[in-house]
Amino acid sequence: MTVSGPTAPAGATEEAPDPVQRDRRYRPGRSAKAREDRRTGYLLITPTVVIVFAMVVLPILWTFSLAFQHVRLLNLRKTGFIGEYSLDNFTNVLTSPGFVDALVTTLVYSVAGTACAIGLGLVAALALRKPFRGRGLVRACMLIPYVAPVVAATFVWTTMLNPQFGIVNHYGTTLLGWNDPIAFLSSSKPISPFGINLHVSQSLLTVILFEGWRSFPFAFLFLTARLQAIPESLEEAAVVDGAAPSQRFRHIVLPQLLPTIAVLTVLRFIWTFNNFDDIYLLTGGSAGTQVVAVRVYDYLINRGDIGAAAAQALVLAAILAVLVTVYLKLFGRSEEVA
Amino acid sequence: MTTFNRDAIERRTFAVLRPAIIVFLLLICLFPFYYMVLLSFRPLESVLRDPGALWPAGGEVDFGTYKDVLKSPEDGGQGFLNFIKNSFLVAIGTVVLSLLVAIPGAYAVSRLEFFGRRQISAIFLGVYFFPSILLAIPLFVFFTRIQQRGTLTGLLVVYVAQVAAVSIYMLRNYFDTIPASLEEAAAMDGCTRLQAMRHISLPLAMPAIASNALFVFMIAWNEFLFALLFLVERRENWTVSLGLSQLAGSIEVPTTVLMAGSVILTLPIIILFFFSERWLAGGLTAGAEKG
Repeated sequence: MTVSGPTAPAGATEEAPDPVQRDRRYRPGRSAKAREDRRTGYLLITPTVVIVFAMVVLPILWTFSLAFQHVRLLNLRKTGFIGEYSLDNFTNVLTSPGFVDALVTTLVYSVAGTACAIGLGLVAALALRKPFRGRGLVRACMLIPYVAPVVAATFVWTTMLNPQFGIVNHYGTTLLGWNDPIAFLSSSKPISPFGINLHVSQSLLTVILFEGWRSFPFAFLFLTARLQAIPESLEEAAVVDGAAPSQRFRHIVLPQLLPTIAVLTVLRFIWTFNNFDDIYLLTGGSAGTQVVAVRVYDYLINRGDIGAAAAQALVLAAILAVLVTVYLKLFGRSEEVA
Repeated sequence: MTTFNRDAIERRTFAVLRPAIIVFLLLICLFPFYYMVLLSFRPLESVLRDPGALWPAGGEVDFGTYKDVLKSPEDGGQGFLNFIKNSFLVAIGTVVLSLLVAIPGAYAVSRLEFFGRRQISAIFLGVYFFPSILLAIPLFVFFTRIQQRGTLTGLLVVYVAQVAAVSIYMLRNYFDTIPASLEEAAAMDGCTRLQAMRHISLPLAMPAIASNALFVFMIAWNEFLFALLFLVERRENWTVSLGLSQLAGSIEVPTTVLMAGSVILTLPIIILFFFSERWLAGGLTAGAEKG
């Protein structure tokens, strides 16, 4: 029995013939195979680790370094890891006018967008539950908004909502009797249903609806998969007992779907919270739609203030992490039971 | 007078409501894309004169917009043919490279017992939930400093790193379903691990690899943020997405011409999607049951 090489982890199987270990692990040929597997494993995983480490992990660490330095696009060539570190970026960013607004907008956008997407996805999944001719095709069509390129989707929406020649305003003014065309994507007028001011601009409502439209297929897909796994016997029994459709949904289907809805909520919330493309392409962040991601881009490119951009991005990630942790703490436990 | 019967009333309501909802959903999913195609064939003057038309008037169909959008700027066009070439290069390159990296990685994570194997997949998946704008900052700085920003290669490397995590996750789930006994049998016959992987598991995993390739292609083709950050100053390197978004802001290019550009951007994705819809839907929800 030779001493294992320095690369093998401590407690490897080939050491002392302790009877317990021998019984469990030590069989002829087994350890050599295990060692070879380990070596092959490292070999095969190395390319992935290298590229993810270099292009994802290191950059994230570097963001921390940038956030504590005065880095501007103009003096970029002179900055390294070693420099003058300070908290200035964070204090500037957190106290700058508009940051809190952007944060509130991000929250409203993510919560409402997530709710819209999951709500619409649930309606679609339930409506398409019973088989009919052509259902497969209809289901496939439901996924188009999600797979279509975001740039094309936003471009069509901006054209459709255009106040001069957009089709929505055309039919709004001719058929629905709107007095004036609505500037869906540039109006900062707050919407106030029943006289209650919600502090949500018309444009923000439009981008929320866009998010609901674009992401509901994702929820639809997951909920459809879950619906198919519910045993039919449960509902058949309820029908025999005289339960109406809404009662069956409330007491049989919904409890089965809740774990999936909880997972979807986390996923959609995270992605909507981080979303940059949709709002940048629809409104450019104007008219009360500036979310933090768009603000970070603005600092990075238009102001050339890399340090402040990095600090803001970190604040965004930190808030997201806190929110998700709280959510998982609140609802994670009950999930395991369900 | 019949008695109040909740069941019957609800059944009748839903019998009406259900088709109505399905029609509504189809409308919101398909109409924007129909409108896209419609505008791409109509001359601009006619769109301005009659914005509400739901189909082109007789003899109005005009393919000139496609010619305009594809021609190079020197010939008075928008140069989309070049953008298409760039998008294809980046997307195909991302698919090939990410598969080369992710197939062995996924196999290792699924099959081989090594230190840190579980943590690796968890860390990789965590990457997926990170704000891409956060990642964009250091990558923007880094590629500016090594003077590779503005090149398609730089973009390609970033894309591969971004999709590697998802690819490994999708492929690993599939490798997990292939019985290990098949490989053990091959090992009996004297195959090494790598041979067994190449000759047994890889061919069996082909459906998953193909759907993963399509998935990655779609991500790379649709991607916008990094293309914007990296390529915006180099028009000759623009992707279709970036080109469309940049030209959409200018007044000189007619909307109908850009609609033709949108169709060109969307069509490959829609074709791929309908071609592979069954696989993709399965791939996307893989693991949903466990969640």
